Parts: sequence; C-alpha cells; structure tokens
Amino acid sequence: MATKVLERKPLSLAEQTYLPQILGGMKITLRNMFKPPVTLEYPDERPDIPEGYRGVPTLVKDPNGREKCVSCQLCEFVCPPRAIRITPGEIDAESDTAHVEKAPKEFEINMLRCIYCGFCQEVCPEEAIFLQDIFSLSGYSREELVYQKDKLYELGGTLPDQHYKWDRKREAELAGNPHH
Amino acid sequence: MEWNELLLIVFKALLVLSVVMSLAAYAVLAERKVAAWVQGRVGPNRTQIPLLGGIPIIGTFLTRLGVFQPAADGLKFLFKEEPTPGHVNKFYYLLAPMIAFIPAMTTMTVLPFGQYVNEAGEVQPLVLANLDIGILFILAVSSLGVYGIVLGGWASNSKFPFLGGIRASAQMISYELSLGLSLLPVFLWFGGSLNLFNIVQGQTDLLFGFLPQWTILFQPLSALIFLVALFAETNRLPFDMPESETDLVAGYNTEYGAFKFGLYFVGEYTHIIIGSGVFVALFLGGWNLPWVTLPAGLFGTVLSVLIFVIKMLALVFVFMWVRWTLPRFRYDQVMTLGWRWLLPLAVANLVFYAIIIAVIEQF
Amino acid sequence: MSTMSDDNKQDTVTIYVDDQPVEVPAGINLVEAVAVAGKEVPHYCYHPKLSVVGNCRMCLVEMGTPGRDRATGEPMLDEEGNPKIMWVPKPVIGCATNVSPGMHVKTESSLVKDCREGVMEFLLVNHPLDCPICDQAGECRLQEFATDYGRGYSRFVEQKNVKPKRTRIGPRVTLDDERCILCSRCIRFCEEVADDPVLGFIDRGSYTTLTTFPGKELDNNYSLNTVDICPVGALTSTDFRFKMRVWFLKETPSIDTESSVGCNTVVGSREGTIYRITPRRNDAVNDTWMPDSGRTLYRQVDADDRMTQYSIEGRPCAAEEALTLASTYLRNGRSAIVASGRLSVEEQYLLTRIASHAPGETPAWLVARHAEGDGKLLSADRNPNVRGALVTGLIDRIPEAQLSQLSAALESGKVENLIVVGEDITQAGISIDQIKKANVVYIGAVHCDTAQYAKVEIPLLTVFEKAGSFINQQFRVQKFAQAVPGPKGVLFGLSNFTQLLAAVSDGKDRIEPSPAAVWTEMAAAIDEFKELSFSAIPSTGQLIPADRFADLPFVEGKSLHFEPRTAVADA
Repeated sequence: MATKVLERKPLSLAEQTYLPQILGGMKITLRNMFKPPVTLEYPDERPDIPEGYRGVPTLVKDPNGREKCVSCQLCEFVCPPRAIRITPGEIDAESDTAHVEKAPKEFEINMLRCIYCGFCQEVCPEEAIFLQDIFSLSGYSREELVYQKDKLYELGGTLPDQHYKWDRKREAELAGNPHH
Repeated sequence: MEWNELLLIVFKALLVLSVVMSLAAYAVLAERKVAAWVQGRVGPNRTQIPLLGGIPIIGTFLTRLGVFQPAADGLKFLFKEEPTPGHVNKFYYLLAPMIAFIPAMTTMTVLPFGQYVNEAGEVQPLVLANLDIGILFILAVSSLGVYGIVLGGWASNSKFPFLGGIRASAQMISYELSLGLSLLPVFLWFGGSLNLFNIVQGQTDLLFGFLPQWTILFQPLSALIFLVALFAETNRLPFDMPESETDLVAGYNTEYGAFKFGLYFVGEYTHIIIGSGVFVALFLGGWNLPWVTLPAGLFGTVLSVLIFVIKMLALVFVFMWVRWTLPRFRYDQVMTLGWRWLLPLAVANLVFYAIIIAVIEQF
Repeated sequence: MSTMSDDNKQDTVTIYVDDQPVEVPAGINLVEAVAVAGKEVPHYCYHPKLSVVGNCRMCLVEMGTPGRDRATGEPMLDEEGNPKIMWVPKPVIGCATNVSPGMHVKTESSLVKDCREGVMEFLLVNHPLDCPICDQAGECRLQEFATDYGRGYSRFVEQKNVKPKRTRIGPRVTLDDERCILCSRCIRFCEEVADDPVLGFIDRGSYTTLTTFPGKELDNNYSLNTVDICPVGALTSTDFRFKMRVWFLKETPSIDTESSVGCNTVVGSREGTIYRITPRRNDAVNDTWMPDSGRTLYRQVDADDRMTQYSIEGRPCAAEEALTLASTYLRNGRSAIVASGRLSVEEQYLLTRIASHAPGETPAWLVARHAEGDGKLLSADRNPNVRGALVTGLIDRIPEAQLSQLSAALESGKVENLIVVGEDITQAGISIDQIKKANVVYIGAVHCDTAQYAKVEIPLLTVFEKAGSFINQQFRVQKFAQAVPGPKGVLFGLSNFTQLLAAVSDGKDRIEPSPAAVWTEMAAAIDEFKELSFSAIPSTGQLIPADRFADLPFVEGKSLHFEPRTAVADA
C-alpha cells in the first residue's frame, strides 16, 4: 500500500504552552453560551413534520367514511419485515358498501416489526394505507403494539380522496345497463 | 474558653459547612447548566418544588433555571438503593468515600472568607481557625483526599476503578510538587508569612497609588502554575485521569452508587470551591477590591464576604468553562506536563523571585 | 377433443417462427407450435384440452406459406433462390391455424403488436379493473397480457357496462359477469368434458352475459374446473373466494386420494394452512381436470376428530412409549394387520417389513371402498393405493369391504395382536367385543370407534403432511410431496413406521424415515420397482409392469385415459 508521509509543522513556543489554543477554545465556548439553545424540549415542543414524512402506517377512510382497504394483501406481500397480517373478509350483501365486496376482517400491523419503509403505502392500489406523522408509539407489552384494525383506523382518520373509484362504480350501477 | 463561646464556634462551623455544602450542590447544577449552554442545550429545567415552583412568574423562572434540581439530586442520592458489590473489600470500600469527603471539608476551616473590624479597631479575618500555617494545613489536608480515591479504586476490586486509583495517585504526586513550589514565591513576597489572612491583607494597598497589589499581577507565572496544578489536584478536565469516563467507565467510582457516590461527588466539588477560595485569597486579593476601601462595621463585613464569594464563584465558573472546552490529556501527556514542564518551571520561578526579592530587600 | 393423437408425434414439420426454423409435430396449431419455439402467443379462449373456437382474437399472428406457381405448380423462388413466402394479407388466429411445412409465422411484428393492443383495449373497455378485490389477481391472464401486450393506459372515459356480480351459479361456483371476457372456455368444458351443458351466453355485443340455462345450475362434480380454466376472475370458487391471495400460496405437487384414478393436484398452502387444491396437468391421467370432491379433502388436516396424541389405553403418552408397547405386542403372540388403501406405497411396504419380524404368519387385510365410478376421474375403487399394497406384497387379492376372516380369527383367538392402520374396522364387520379381545394398536389420522377401544393409539399424518407415492389404476407410480407440517407432537414422515420396525426387529432393521430410503429398500426387494428410485419418478408418474396382477378382478371401469384390462380380456 502506498504511504504518504504528511509533513507536520513544528509547534511554535506559544503553541507548545497550549495556552493560546486553550484561550481560543474558551472564546468559542463562551460565545456558544450566549447563543439560543438548538435543542427541542421534546414532549412539550414538537418538531415540524415535513411533507412526505414516513411515520406510523395507518389505515384511512374516505370522506364518506368508507373504509378504503379492500384487503388485497399487497402490503402484506410487499412488507419487508412481514409486519402486516390481514385476514380478508367479504362485505355483507346488505351493507351500504356491498358493491366493494371485500374488506379486511382483521388487519394487524406489528409496530415492533415495522421499519417505516413506506412500501405498503406505495403499493396500495386503493390508497388506503398511509404513513402519517405519528412517530412515537409506546406500550407495555408486545401484544399491545400489534395494532388492530380499529386502532389503525383511529390513528389514520380520514384523508381526502382523489378518485372516489368505488362511488363512481356505484353510480354506474345505479345508472344501470341501458340494455336491460 | 467559655461554653457559649464554644457554642458560637460550633454554630459558625455548622453555618460555613452548610453554606459550602449547598455551594457544592449548586456547583453541580452550575456544571450542568454551563455544559448545556456551551453545547446549545437547555439543561435541567423540570424539577419543581410544589409551592415555590407554583408561583406564577418567579416559580417558572426558577424552575427553568433548575434551581430546585440540587434538592432532587440530593434526595436521589439519599434514597437510592445502595448496592454493595459482592467482590469488594467491604471495610475499605465503605471507608474510601468518607476519606475523600472529610479532608475536602476540613480544609475550609483555615480559609478566611471575609473580614471584620473588632472593638480595638483591628481588622480581623472571618475564619473558623486563623492558623499561622494556614496554607500548609490546606496543602497537607487536601492532599489527603487522594487516599479516598486510591483506596476506593483499590477496595472496589475491579479493573477500571483500580486503574483510576493508580492514575490518581501518580497524578497527585506529580502535581503536588509544582503546587507547593509555585506558592513559595508568594510567601517570600509577603515576608514569609503562611497565614492566609496576612497574605490577603498584604494585597490591600495600591502600589504607586493606582496599581492594585494583587499577587497575580506580580507573579503571573506562580499563579499559572498554581492554577494548572489546582486543576490536576481537583481531578478536573483536562486532568480527570482518575475518572476518564471514555476509557475507564467512571474510573475509581465505577463500583460506587447512591450516597457513597454522592460523597465522592460533593467532595470533588468542595475541593473545587476551596481550591478557588485559596486561589482568590492568594492571587486575586481576597475580599479586596482595587481602589475601594471597605467600610467598617457590619456592612463592610458583609461586603467583604460577598466580594470574596463572588470572586470564588467566578473562578469556579472558570473551572467549568475549561472543562467543557478542553478534551482530556493523554496519560503520558499529563506526566510529561507535570514533570518536564511545570516542575522545572516552578523551580525556576522560585529561584527567579528569590533573587528579585533579595535584590528588592537590598534597597 | 383436440388433443393431439400419439401417431402424429412421429411426423414433424419445420416451420419458421420469426425466421427461426423450428421442428414441431405435424398437425398442431400455431399457439402450440410457437410455444415449442420458446415464444408465447397470448390467448384466452384456446385451451389445449378443449375444442377451438377462436373467439377471443388474442392469438392473432402473421402467417405465410411458401408460394407455388399457379400454372406450373413449381415452388416460387426469390432472387436468392429461397422459397418465396406468400404472406396472408391479414393476421390469422394462431389457435385455429395448423402448421404446414415451411410455414412462416411472425409473432412480434408491429402489426401483431397492434392487433394485440387493440384486442386488449377492447377487452378492458368493460372490464371492471377491480384487481384489488379479485381472486384471480396474480394468476389472471388478462392482468398478465395487459402488462405484456396492452397499451398501458385507458382511453375509455365513459361509464362501464354493468353486469350482475356475486351470482351463485352453482353450489361451489360464484360468477362475476363484469369480469367475463366471453372466451367460452367454461361453456365448452361443460359440454365437452363434464358432459353437463348448463352454461351459455345471452344477449349480444357488449351486453353478452354468461349465465346458466333457466332452471339449471352448475352443480356437477367437475364444476370447479371452470374456475381453473377461466382466464379471468369471472368464475370463482365459493370455497376459496376472498380467503387468500394466490401469490402467497406455496404450491406443492400432490395426488388426489379419493379414488384410484390418482388425479395430479397442486396444493396451495400458506404458513402451514392449506387454502385450495387445484389440478395439475398430466396428459396421461387427468389432463387438466379434477373432481370437485377432491378439492375439499384438505379439510381433513384440521378436522375436528383429528387425532394428534399418542396414547396407551386412553392415557396420553410419549411417542416412544406407544411404539415400544406396540412392538412388544407384535413380538409376543400371533398378530394380524389391517392396513388401508389410503396409505402410501412406502407405508404399506414398511408394514410388510414389520409383519415379517412378528412371529408366525401375520395375515394382512385391506378394507375395500367401492362405489360407482363416473367414467371420468372418479373410479369405482375409492382407495387410491390398493395396487401399492399388491405390489409391495402386503396383500395378494382384491380387498373386500367386510373383514369376515379377521372377524372369525378374532373370535377364535387366533389373532391376539392387531395392528389397524388408517381404517375404522368397526365399519368393516368387526364388533367392539372382538376389538376388546385382542391387543389392538390403532394408527390413524382420525378418532373413531376402533381408536376408542384400541390399547395403543398412534396418530398418522395425512397425505398433505408427508411425502410418498401412490400406484393408481394404470399401475402408474405417482409421487406426492409434503405441503404442510404435521400436527405438533406427531413424528414426522415415516418415523412411526420405521421406529416401529426398529423396535420390532430389536433395533436390527433400521430404515431412514424418508421415502427415498424406503425406495432404496423397495427397489432391491420388489421386481416391479427394480432400478427405480423415489427421485427418479417423474412428476407425471412412472408406469410399472402389471403382468403379475393381470388375473386379479379389479373393480375399476373405463375412465379418462384408462381402459380396464379385465374388461378387454372379457371382451
């Protein structure tokens, strides 16, 4: 391996006493003492969460209160640490959203496993799962941190919908088939 | 000695003791606050005493300042579970923190912290024991503190404390010499008196009517050597070899917790306070202000004490300021500095001033 | 049916797929021929086992043949002396075009690509695109071809056509008409294979809808094959609907155990749970079909009466304890074995080995399961592996449903120890009193009366929890693999039998509990298995000589790809 010898300048007498350097350092720290703190007093002050922040994955409802997830299980498939576990179920034929046909019976995210990669949000074809701005979770047991469907909807809340895909589907159904 | 006079002395002793103890406690707070400011943080700002902290503006201000923190810290030290590791030598393990604490407390008996004028019109020191060999007493007793550290390191029967203890003793020996030698020119300067009060009084007058007769102005090198040695003696950064968290975990006190650790802790800060007091008395004119003559009476007495304490605290601040500025020396650097630089310098300094004083006395 | 006959395989013709010469069997269509060349012609309506209708138009390719001079009949040549190709001016459908010598095909020309794009666009016009909720997603041809050959975006802004969803067209099949692309595979299947024409299209154009004939429903025992061949998610299995996405399923090759046809199957499981069973193509056995009844057999894995605990006289015990006691019985006194036609060849062979170590004669019986065959993929013998017992020498005659000989032997005390494997002998003419007389060791997957009164109970793995082989009615050895782990506490693989064998033989006869190790032993001991090993059995099975059993009166009638030998002899 090639070695390069660096030239070290000999120290001057003043430098050998350390004193000028010490005083210089003290000047810097003294100046620092009068600057405002750069830290955040965390639980009281909260950081500004930037756009696109990947916090805790949550399930959201559309503005009409319909749960958007149809349990396609793509997030479960794409999840690198396998934190998501879905039990699919069928929507009752009598329900308002019967035309969606499928909804999760159970939806679990193990927050202890989640690595906040956001793949689930990216892969979701229904825009039902979002990594929002929640970043600190706590619990007393491992079970407690396996978030169930109701908890995930509670965290997620309602987000604006850009497509209203299923409402358009229902409109088409109501309009009916002109032939029949 | 009459019994009520005895009672007065005991009362004075207790008063000074409690003041120094609480000073030590607040020195810890100051250390944390200074560290926080230097590092752009806030520092302790949560602890609240129920009623006092609830006062609208003042209470909040005091809380933010962390004024109640020492109380919490002290209670914590008192009430924490006190484990004694199984592998220690129990007797010496328990003895060591006391040995570290008691000398630190004892040194303050001879430290004059103010003056008063008695009925006879003589200026008298405010001191617990006005010994003629005051400074010798301080040097002798304070250097006993290292035994607490060495003993603690040894009795812990564990590798890091042991290394910390070894380092402490080596460092103490190295710098004790320079410390002593750096003081000799001062005593020579003040006519050979070892009495601290006399030395302070000697710095009262102005030279040529305008120059304060503070020792530091006449003997800056002595002051520098003494200050550096003082840093080393008090195990403060950049000389905190015995503790050096980064390589020895916590050095000599690794195996100590709760109240025993608290004793070490308070001992260390008492050392700093007393050391600062000595430095103020010897080099910074004690309770004297240049161009100001202290009035007689109670007001003068209080003023003298205030001036002394303020000077002392300013120096304590310098201790902290240096700590949060400088990194730790390497062990061999500490030894090199002590033996190859400070000691020769101290000897040369002594010889130089001995000649100067001899020359001055000729005229 | 359009299956190519065996005779054609000898004759081959050379065609040119995108200018690359490929030798293909004569008479096959272009979809198959291009597949031989390693390329793909996308198709929906064409199915190798069904007739060709050519109504999806997805398999459009450009085709041309070497030209011949009209006047002279001489081949036309270009300047360089090569045959001149007369291209058909319009694209042709690959499924209905058979190969001819020298034929040229373009599968990647811009015209072909445009055609596919156009067809895809029309197919997607009224397709609901509800892939997130569609069970077919992941194995959907429409999805695959839309990705591979589609234009990538939709120009359709109008409202889509509405058709009935969630229609129950049979007890096991649910229809979503919106997703249907009108390929008519299911209609042809019902007509041609299931022989139960109940499906048809009504209405015209975009409104064409698949439905059942009035008053009929799709309830034959092959209805779920329509779900398998549906290229989209229109026909879905009611049982599997919304249970699990197909991309999670681990696919394990297995064998349908409900009759001696031995349909090849694929078991789809995830994390130890089986979700569905689908047929696996084997042109010599079941083509691409299987009966519906075989698709629910996975439920036996988690059946309520599943036995998972070793026990002695009803007291739970360790596996070793139960097997040791069983071997103690076998080594003292006269023993008999009632085995099952549902056991694998390996298990039956190990039972013969175990019997050989017991003192004296150890007779063995199988319990017959006879029912009417349907002439397709359910034979009259509902035991999948009677021939295995014959080949391994466990039995030497066709089993009967009633064990009268055993009953007499038990009554007279001639049989003191009885090993019952996988059968409830109380259903086969043995009374509970007779069971109580002997030391009965019951090895089985389910609790039953026999287990109730047996001295020793040993749990058995189901076909999904072990690997092994069956011999079907054609004397074809077919392998199955382990799909899911067995229940907790049950010895894995063949361990029950190998450990019993080791205990009976006093530790002298030790075989590794894997099919491969047992096959090494069997190849040495059994003529039919000579030079055969477990790993050498191909996935479509291996026929073995059946001459030794030619005289036995097997009960199977004619079924798909099977002519009974005795019937031929009778005729």
